[in-house]
Amino acid sequence: MAQITLIEAVTQALAYEMAHDESVVVLGEDVGVNGGVFRATQGLQEKFGELRVLDTPLDETTIAGVTVGLAAQGMKPVAEAQFEGFIYPMMEQIACHAARLRNRTRGRITVPAVWRAPWGGGIRAPEHHSEANEHLFTNIPGLRVVMPSSPARAYGLLLAAIRDPDPVMFFEPKRIYRQYKEEVPDDGEALPLDVCFVLRDGTDVTIVTWGAQVKEALEAADELAAEGISAEVIDVATLTPLDFDTIAESVQKTGRCVIVHEAPKTAGFGAEIAARIAEECLYDLLAPVERVTGFDTHIPLFRLEMKYLPSTERVVEAAKRTLANS
Amino acid sequence: MSIAAKFEIEYLQYLDAEGKQVRDDLPEFANDLNHMVELYKLMLSTRVFDAKSVALQRTGKLGTYASCLGHEAAHVGIGSAMKPEDVFAPSYREYGAQLYRGVQPREVYMYWGGDERGNDYQKEPARHDFAWSVPIATQCLHAAGSALAFKIRNEKRVAVCTIGDGGSSKGDFYGAINIAGAQNLPLVAVIVNNQWAISVPRKIQSGAPTLAQKGIAAGLYCIQVDGNDIIAVRKAMGDALDRARNGEGGSVLELVTYRLSDHTTADDARRYRGEQEVKDAWAKEPMKRLRNWLVAKGVWDDAKEEAWKNECDEWMDNEVNAYLETKTQPVTAMFDYTFAEVPADLAKQRDLALQLDKKAH
Repeated sequence: MAQITLIEAVTQALAYEMAHDESVVVLGEDVGVNGGVFRATQGLQEKFGELRVLDTPLDETTIAGVTVGLAAQGMKPVAEAQFEGFIYPMMEQIACHAARLRNRTRGRITVPAVWRAPWGGGIRAPEHHSEANEHLFTNIPGLRVVMPSSPARAYGLLLAAIRDPDPVMFFEPKRIYRQYKEEVPDDGEALPLDVCFVLRDGTDVTIVTWGAQVKEALEAADELAAEGISAEVIDVATLTPLDFDTIAESVQKTGRCVIVHEAPKTAGFGAEIAARIAEECLYDLLAPVERVTGFDTHIPLFRLEMKYLPSTERVVEAAKRTLANS
Repeated sequence: MSIAAKFEIEYLQYLDAEGKQVRDDLPEFANDLNHMVELYKLMLSTRVFDAKSVALQRTGKLGTYASCLGHEAAHVGIGSAMKPEDVFAPSYREYGAQLYRGVQPREVYMYWGGDERGNDYQKEPARHDFAWSVPIATQCLHAAGSALAFKIRNEKRVAVCTIGDGGSSKGDFYGAINIAGAQNLPLVAVIVNNQWAISVPRKIQSGAPTLAQKGIAAGLYCIQVDGNDIIAVRKAMGDALDRARNGEGGSVLELVTYRLSDHTTADDARRYRGEQEVKDAWAKEPMKRLRNWLVAKGVWDDAKEEAWKNECDEWMDNEVNAYLETKTQPVTAMFDYTFAEVPADLAKQRDLALQLDKKAH
């Protein structure tokens, strides 16, 4: 079985679903001949033609609104926002229409669409190319916000997202697009949405994260283990609707929690998880919840970028503080 | 100096303000006087419906309502030219077109009366149309996406969107006609130019002498039409739909009309426009000219007018009663349509809402 990267898993999932469901169409700027700026759609236009892999005019609003129209007509569009920083013009269509057409028509019109976007920093990209803004979408009812953290989860979750009857934001952490390979069988098996994945069992502290930061969380767990501290690592994967039960179960076991994300701290999605822990698990806690996040600043250009991103060291220190504070 | 491109915009009108024919080449449908009477009757229904809606709002039985007074020719002209299999993406006052396509007055009352079920049109072909779009011009892209779906599936269907003169200033409108031109999509984008975007007049929207010409930049066929003349509207729409259906591409139609009412029942147009302007607009309104024309042809008279008005009143009264008798949705309805299935986390909030509701009773 072939070992593939996360970006190759995205391509593999798109190709599988396009071959098995002719209502699936891919659209966006550069997705055709060029195969996308990250090559996520490489080879798809040759296989499926210019109408099912459509190079659109360069207008994000058009891409988002046409996607709504396609989905409302029973197609399953997968739209690409070239970078997360270019998604802002799409938000009106996503918030005002994609996320609410089912509700405002009592189920008569639905939007089974996916918006893919390369997400986050760490690749020395130009300005506006490194945004981590998943929290802007987690506050919109009717949307699923999904972020894979490995090639296998990218494949399985993207298949699930395309098959889901509701609109899905699928944020791909581009820092780990080509970081490592793993075996991903091209068997069309989807992974479940709306569930967290427990990647590592532990008893002393729960580390909750998603996307690219799963790497730092697992590295931190290794370092902590070397010092005799047992960390449980949870990949949230679907941010909304949130599977809080899995997080609560873990926090009830460990009594400690560190939430890690790349987005700015204030009103980031970590704040939601911390608030839910305060509401529902306060008396299980042995120490205050820690958050390791980006700063409340713009993501800097690349000379300072790595100083912005949460590091493994910061996660380890936060976990140790929760033990020291117990 | 050489010329890279040149253009002109045709203006189409068959009936003047008094209902006199200004050209002899009437389209074929206009020679069918029974059909023309049907169009007139629906225009009159629309006007009676509109008056009833405003009265309901004034007596506290509807929320804010957007009137369509003065748009009857434009809206009925659009709806009557479309085929059932086409898709309509309207903004929020195109009732005349929607009534033609099967939207029931009770559904409009329900929507403006605060009940989402008003958007769940029960009858075809409206059932497969989009619901009203409140964010301006965003629906143009839904029509373009629908047109793209028709092209991908090789279906002989056309997507029609309507916007106002204000809506033609938005990027969404340009994005829709632009991709329609680039992909040769079966899209008919109709600008219902009623001269006012709430308090902002047409001249503030654009320096272009016509709004129709905006379609030139997108490579579409463009025409300006007397939007108070239903023969002209019906003809221009029919031609545009035929071209789109035959793979000859999209069109932009500018229907020049006038908003005789306030923007909505929450607006007071006297704050920003003069009485004389409105008086002049009433002289050109769409009902009178078609009525005069039909009377001159001997197929309409005061007695028929009165009889049909009475029928409309009865129809609308029934619809109002049906609306007023509709029970409010259960509190759980706000959860049940957020996703296809209520996610576990949301189900907990649904239970809470149910408990609170029971407690309140």
